[in-house]
Amino acid sequence: MSSSGPSRREFLRTCAAAAAFTATGKAGTAAAIASPKSKVVVARDPALRGGGTTPDSARVLAMLDRALQACYGRDNALEAWKKVVHPGETVGLKVNCLGGRGISTSTVLVEAICERLQQAGIREENIVIWDRLEPDLESGGFRSRHQLRCIGNDSAGYEDDLEVFGSVGSLLSKTLTRTCDAVINLPVLKDHGITGMTAALKNFFGAIHNPNKYHPNAGDPYIADVNMLTPLRRKVRLHICDALTAQYEGGPSYMPQWQWAYNGLLVSGDPVALDYTGWQIIEHKRAGKGMKSLTAEKRPPNYIATAADARHRLGTNDPRQIERLEV
Amino acid sequence: MACPGTTRRDFLRQTAMGAAGAACCGWGTSLLAAGDPDAQFIREAQFYEKQANKKIKCKLCPRECVIDDRERGYCGARENRGGTYYTLVYSRVATAHIDPIEKKPFFHFHPGTMAFSLATAGCNVNCKFCQNWEISQVRPEQVKAEYAPPQRIADLARGNACGAIAYTYSEPVIFSEYVLDCAEAGHQLGIPSVIVTGGYIQQDPLKRLCAQADAIKVDLKAFSQKYYQEVVNGELKPVLDALVTMRKQGTWTEIVYLVVPTLNDSDTEFRDLSRWIKQNLGPDVPVHFTRFHPEYLLKNLPPTPVETLDRAIKIAGAEGLHFVYVGNVPGHPAENTYCPKCHKVLIERTGLMVTQNRLKHGKCPDCQTAIPGKWS
Repeated sequence: MSSSGPSRREFLRTCAAAAAFTATGKAGTAAAIASPKSKVVVARDPALRGGGTTPDSARVLAMLDRALQACYGRDNALEAWKKVVHPGETVGLKVNCLGGRGISTSTVLVEAICERLQQAGIREENIVIWDRLEPDLESGGFRSRHQLRCIGNDSAGYEDDLEVFGSVGSLLSKTLTRTCDAVINLPVLKDHGITGMTAALKNFFGAIHNPNKYHPNAGDPYIADVNMLTPLRRKVRLHICDALTAQYEGGPSYMPQWQWAYNGLLVSGDPVALDYTGWQIIEHKRAGKGMKSLTAEKRPPNYIATAADARHRLGTNDPRQIERLEV
Repeated sequence: MACPGTTRRDFLRQTAMGAAGAACCGWGTSLLAAGDPDAQFIREAQFYEKQANKKIKCKLCPRECVIDDRERGYCGARENRGGTYYTLVYSRVATAHIDPIEKKPFFHFHPGTMAFSLATAGCNVNCKFCQNWEISQVRPEQVKAEYAPPQRIADLARGNACGAIAYTYSEPVIFSEYVLDCAEAGHQLGIPSVIVTGGYIQQDPLKRLCAQADAIKVDLKAFSQKYYQEVVNGELKPVLDALVTMRKQGTWTEIVYLVVPTLNDSDTEFRDLSRWIKQNLGPDVPVHFTRFHPEYLLKNLPPTPVETLDRAIKIAGAEGLHFVYVGNVPGHPAENTYCPKCHKVLIERTGLMVTQNRLKHGKCPDCQTAIPGKWS
C-alpha cells in the first residue's frame, strides 16, 4: 500500500523539503557543486602510512585538501570549506563507530576536518561529533575534550514526533534536529552482510531511533527513504567517505582479515554517486580476491538505485552522469 | 596547523585514551559486569545458533535474523555481543497496568477478573496501525523501565488481587525468557498467565510458551500475505501454523482480527478466514472482530464503520463459528456471549465490564450446553 506512490502528505513534505533546500542557498549543498554531472572525488595517497600502519595526520590533511579543492573547483582548500559551512553555524560530523576502533571513521581524518572547519570560521564549541551511541563513539576513539563535543543519540535523545517518508517512520536524533545547522557525513567504506555495502546513504541509519526495522530486503527502499526525511535533506552538506582503511567482506563488524588499506577518501555532494562509486571499489577488490560479487552473493545494494529513482532523486547512480575525479 | 584551543596531538592523545579504555572493556561477557547500568536486564537469550565470525542466527521468530557482532535483531531487544546473543529486556518492564481480562481481550477466560498486565520494549513486526508503537517500536534503552524480576511480578499480581498475569501491549515473543520465568513464579502462587501475541514465532519457542501459558490470544492481523508483507512487515503462514500448534498443545486460544477499512475488510477475506478457522482450529475458538482507530503510520484511514464489523460477524457466523464478537464498540450486542445452541445471552458485557454472567459450571443454564473456555 505504501509502495504504490507517494501520498499527498509525502508529496507535500517533499515539496517543503525541496523548497527549504533551495531557500537555504547554501553553496555547499549537492546542487551547488556546479557540474552537469555528479562529481565524486577519489583522493588517494599510497604513501599515507609511510612505513607504518597508522595514517600520517599531515598526509591525511593534505589529501583532504586536495579532495575538497577538486570537489568545489577551488585552488585553496579553505575557500572550498567556506562553501560548505558558514561562521556561526553549528556543524555536526556524523561519524560511524559501529565497528569499534578497528573500522570506524578515522580520528585522524576527523581531526583534520575539525582543523579546517575552525579555519573556515566554525568555533570549536560549535563542532559536534555524533553517532548513535556514546559507547560506540568511545570505542571509535571519540571523546569530548576542551570545547569539542562528542554526543551519542542515546544521550541527546530523539524527537517525540515521527518523521515519515515512504516505508519509513522514525524519530530523529535531537543532535540532528536541534543542535546542528549543518551536517557533514563521514561514513566508512565497508561491506555489509545484509545491505551489501555501507557508505554515505546508510550512515544515516545512525540518525534514527529504529534502524533495526529497516534491514529487511537488503535495506531497500528503507535506506533511500531515511535519506528523504526532511531534516536530513535540509542539513546534510557534504559526504566524505573514509576509505583510509576499507573492508570488502564481513561487515559491518570489524573483520581485520578482510580489511585493506585503500588509503583514500571519497568526497561528493551526491551520496548516491558516492555510494555507487564505493560499491564499484568494493566489487573491484572482491574480484581481485577471487570472491563473488555482491550480486552473486544475493546482497546487491539495490537501495542505491532506489535512492536515484524518480520518487527519491537523491542523486545519480548512472555512471555516465558521474564525474569521477582521481586526485 | 593546530586547532585554536588545542593541538592535534592533544586530540589524538585523548582519542587514543578512549580507544584504550574501550579495548580494556572488551565486547564479550565483560560488558555484563558491574558498571553497565543495564546489566540487570541482560541475560543470554534462548533460541539462537552461533555462526562463524561471531555471527548468530536468531531462532525465536520466523524472521531468523542473522546478526553481526554488536548488532541487534529486527526486534531491537536482542543483541549479539561477541558472538553470544543476549536479551536486553529480562525484567525490564516498560509499562504495567491492572486491566480487566476483557481488555486483552479474553472473553472465555475467567470473565470479570483483573489481569496484571505488563510489557517490555520491542516487537518483531512493525504494524502500521500499532497503538502502542511508543513502546513496541523503540529500543529498550529509549524508554523508561523498571527492574521487576519474575517473583516481583507474581507478588504484585497477588497483592493486587489479579486473576492472571498478562504479557501484552508490545510483543511477548521477544521477551519470552522473561515470560517463561514470570509464568512459573505466578503458577507457584496459583496465578495463571495469559499471552497476547501476534503469533509470529517459531515452533520450538512456541511450544515452550504453550507449556507455561494458560491462555493465548493471537492478533491475526489479516488473512492475506500481501497485508502481512505491506502493513505488518511479517508473514501470514507462520502465524497460522502457530495457531494450529496452540490448539494441538491444548492451550486456550482466542483470536482478534483488527478490521482496517479497505485493507482487510472484504467479504472474501472474512469468509476465507472463517473457513480456515473452522477447518483448522474448530468452531469454538472465539473470534473478535475489532474496530480500527487511526494510529501511528495509518492515520489516513477512518475508523472502521460498525456496519463493516456487523458484516464480518454475520459472515463468520454463517460459516459456522460459534463465538464471534465485536470489539472496540461499547454497547454493541456482539460483546455478549450467546449459547450456540439456544442462543440465550450467557455473559453480558458493556465495554470491558461484565454486567451479568449466567454460566453455571461452564454450561448454559437453559439448555446445559457446555461452553468452551476456562471459567474457574
